[in-house]
Amino acid sequence: MEVVLEGLQQALWLILRRDPAVVEITLRTLQVSGTATLISLLLGVPLGTALALGRFPGRRLVVSLVNTGMGLPPVVVGLFVALMLWRSGPLGRLGLIYTPLAMVIAQAVIAAPIVAGVSLAAIQQLDPRLHLQLLGLGASRGQLVLVLWWEARRSLLAAAMAGFGGAISEVGASMMVGGNIVGQTRVLTTATVLETSKGNFDLAMALGLILLLLAYLVTLAMTWLQQSGRTG
Amino acid sequence: MSKSVLSLRDVRVEYGGRSVLEVPALDVCSGEVLAVIGPNGAGKSTLLQVMAGLRSPGAGVLRFRGQTVRPGDLGYRRRIALVLQDPMLLDASVLTNVTLGLRFRRWPRRKAVGRAMGWLERLGVAHLAHRSARTLSGGEAQRVSLARALVLEPELLLLDEPFSALDAPTRAALLDDLQGLLRETRTTTVFVTHDQDEALRLGDRIAVLLGGRLRQLDVPERVFAAPADAEVAAFVGMETILTGRVVAVENGMALVQVGSQRVEVPVTAGMRPAGPEPVPPLQEGSEVLLGIRPEDVTLAPGETPLLPSSARNRFRGRVTRVVPQGRLYHVTVACGFPLVAVVTPRSVRELALREGREVVVAFKATAVHVIRR
Repeated sequence: MEVVLEGLQQALWLILRRDPAVVEITLRTLQVSGTATLISLLLGVPLGTALALGRFPGRRLVVSLVNTGMGLPPVVVGLFVALMLWRSGPLGRLGLIYTPLAMVIAQAVIAAPIVAGVSLAAIQQLDPRLHLQLLGLGASRGQLVLVLWWEARRSLLAAAMAGFGGAISEVGASMMVGGNIVGQTRVLTTATVLETSKGNFDLAMALGLILLLLAYLVTLAMTWLQQSGRTG
Repeated sequence: MSKSVLSLRDVRVEYGGRSVLEVPALDVCSGEVLAVIGPNGAGKSTLLQVMAGLRSPGAGVLRFRGQTVRPGDLGYRRRIALVLQDPMLLDASVLTNVTLGLRFRRWPRRKAVGRAMGWLERLGVAHLAHRSARTLSGGEAQRVSLARALVLEPELLLLDEPFSALDAPTRAALLDDLQGLLRETRTTTVFVTHDQDEALRLGDRIAVLLGGRLRQLDVPERVFAAPADAEVAAFVGMETILTGRVVAVENGMALVQVGSQRVEVPVTAGMRPAGPEPVPPLQEGSEVLLGIRPEDVTLAPGETPLLPSSARNRFRGRVTRVVPQGRLYHVTVACGFPLVAVVTPRSVRELALREGREVVVAFKATAVHVIRR
């Protein structure tokens, strides 16, 4: 219990003091996971929508792959992305390994199936008669999708929250493709792992608490958006 | 007949290898309200979806003003409007919902809002414009749904049982208003319902759909008075439908001139149960349709004197037709107008009912089903 209290104390201290190293790590965490979430939304929402509305052979197979992807082990993703980006790998010439962009890619790969899976369920949950009604009022295919997204907006925000949660809490892949380099690719999760392995439990605890707080604040903002204008 | 707006030829829809809709020929004419009636599962909604271009028929053609409509045709869909049984409003303000179709058609917002307000006004729900659609009652929501379709001023309005989810007074009030609006705008309309009253109220013509087949298409009087076959007769139930006009009102009773006879009905007949604006009682000059169920008509031998009775309507007539139907007989009597009675085989024997037999027919004033036109 002492460690927890000390960690809490140190976390408050680090926050109040605006420790430059901690501020830098926190901002990078937000930047990397935020960008990854954005990319996962751009990929996942259209994919989920297409799977919810489309009728094509092999649809069930793709849906099952997406659902499996929702529980993709980050270590496997890290390994795969690392192999791709490795200097001698197929995308090695881009020189992305051990850069924040590599972490963005890994986290986006982890979050995209989560976003796609939740979006798929969200769109499928809408009354199918709503499609008929909208088409019967003269909606084009694109307009239909936009209105369906509007109707499912609360669930889509839940998809964004789940995706962000998947990205920000991930450590294995970030470590493998980012390398946990001070001032370059160190984020809250990788720093926590490092401090724990060094036995600096109070600092690790502090970083962990900051991570929790960060995740909570971002989710709180999205929740506020999600629940506004709700009438019952 | 006026110009055909929408025509279906040899349309066939199959589902799971079973034919669910077969319409050899059906035309919707300019300015008319075509009521499609049939029991649940008769294929009414399927027919409407085909008409809306939302469901492709396996075979056959759909033509709109002479042009073939391909399923999903956006140009065609933007000339029509569809209203479903459930209002299917978006989780947004009433105004946003009503302007939706205009926004699909890329109307500027300001212009769309202006027109939407006009239609909300005409449907008596302008005060709800800024409310969230999720807070509306069933009747309000259906009015908004109608406004959302009518605001498009469609060349063809398709209504799929728009009233069946509403309670009786709400339904009656909305039916009145819709009847007025359709008459005023002369919007060509296809109105699907399982309710014969609604069909009679709104329909210029009635199409009867049973088991996915179009069984009869005619003016209401003939569909009810001369059903195409026994199944249609069994579905419509009411076999005598008379057009008349109220010629006198006295002691709470209205006298309706029908052919050469006068039929007595209560002045309160056809009033809605308890709407916000009750319909006034029948007045001299009111145009009405009278429906008389065959089981409400009694027959007596022609020698019977016309004694006073609680059956206010008694006429002398002559049997023109006796048709067995199941275990009963349907007897048509000419008594100034054709009237159908249903009787048991025993009555047929005892009264010696056959063509040419003189009879006295009677039915109570309260047994007459009055539909205001």
